[in-house]
Amino acid sequence: MSPYWNAYLYVVLFTLFGLLLPFAALWIIGPILRPNKPAKGKLTTYESGLEPFGDAHVRYHARYYLFALLFVVFDVETLFLYPWAASFHQLGLFALAEMLLFIVMLAIGLIYAWRKKVLEWT
Amino acid sequence: MWDWQNASPLTGLNFVAMVVGAVVVLAIGLGVVTYTIYAERKVIGWMQGRIGPNRVGPFGLLQSIADIVKLLIKEDVVPERADRVLFLLAPVIAFIPSFMVLAVIPFSARHPFTANLAVGALYYIALSAITIHGVMLGGWASNNKYALIGGMRSAAQMLSYEVPLGLSLVGVILMAGSLNLNDIVEAQARSGWWYIVPQFLGFCVFLVAATAELNRTPFDLPEAESELVAGYHVEYTGFRFAFFMLTEYLYLFAMGGLMATLFLGGWTGPWLPGWLWFAIKVFAFIFFQFWLRATMPRIRVDQLMSFSWKVLLPLALLNLVVTAVLKAFLS
Repeated sequence: MSPYWNAYLYVVLFTLFGLLLPFAALWIIGPILRPNKPAKGKLTTYESGLEPFGDAHVRYHARYYLFALLFVVFDVETLFLYPWAASFHQLGLFALAEMLLFIVMLAIGLIYAWRKKVLEWT
Repeated sequence: MWDWQNASPLTGLNFVAMVVGAVVVLAIGLGVVTYTIYAERKVIGWMQGRIGPNRVGPFGLLQSIADIVKLLIKEDVVPERADRVLFLLAPVIAFIPSFMVLAVIPFSARHPFTANLAVGALYYIALSAITIHGVMLGGWASNNKYALIGGMRSAAQMLSYEVPLGLSLVGVILMAGSLNLNDIVEAQARSGWWYIVPQFLGFCVFLVAATAELNRTPFDLPEAESELVAGYHVEYTGFRFAFFMLTEYLYLFAMGGLMATLFLGGWTGPWLPGWLWFAIKVFAFIFFQFWLRATMPRIRVDQLMSFSWKVLLPLALLNLVVTAVLKAFLS
């Protein structure tokens, strides 16, 4: 194994510790320390003291989806920009022109979304 | 033993050093979170002409520890109508990435506590996005209207600010020519200036987007207590609630570390040892967040969303284009 993988082994260790801490605190140590006396009033949904009515698992507004779609577009753009930026000093002017073209196309997309009032939260 | 970064093949002793490193980072993280919460209450108390916590221990120094113990011995209530499995797992899903991002933060020049990942910056951004799932699932699984709205708002806000945050890093990556956080620090030391100077616009975008990513005032809409009671963690009690809080404050620490690394030269600085410089820079960021919280009112949700897409995103793109063009023609 080359030293390259050592860093990833360290990340795996962090994942294990990150799992271990909440599981130890919530499922092993927690049940010993905390009381457990469920009562009907305790288990009802909190709605500022009123009797809860209806269900919260409902359909929500479509604007969340629009923002999620926009996010996907621009986050993928960012992903493409990262390797380009990291190796830019070896790529030269051609890569610059290509990436500018890419950014301009996405900017047009942003302007389109702006004009179509996707960015309004009304 | 401690030089496991370059050990090949990895010996058992190297592996022990790695485990020790991970445990130390975990302990540092938990310690920093404990005292960040104490410092936040104390500092904001002073800013508002109050005294702040002063009862538990000298100067109230043990206040946060008392709070943790209290949360640990509180009953773990799962609402009857909640989606039980998701409700129980959501804080864990939120917490794991918040601890994992600490693996790449370079605390000082030479030490066994940092994974020298070639894609460090990408790793940070990718993992911090996973926490959104925990927050949103927690809000949804509670089956509570406040929690649902809080969770959805959190998701929308964090998604929207993720984009300018990610793009503001590209300017730094362009200048340093690497995604490795250690290399970025060294590139700043070589170039003779911290990237806050040539990347000032990128830094401003980063700072605002980071504040929004951390759900802190003036962008703390997911927890707007005046309208949503508490946001996505309304139904959480005891230690599950504590894990959501722990996640938030670990990200505060990690984001400070990322900012110090990318824009403020990381561990580099004259006279003082590296780790102390790093700590000073991180705590400057954390103090700035307290200051903001004591100063700013909360902004409206429509202002919040349009600010990200209409102001920060174009600015981040502009910064990126200008940096690339200047770099291409100056070198």
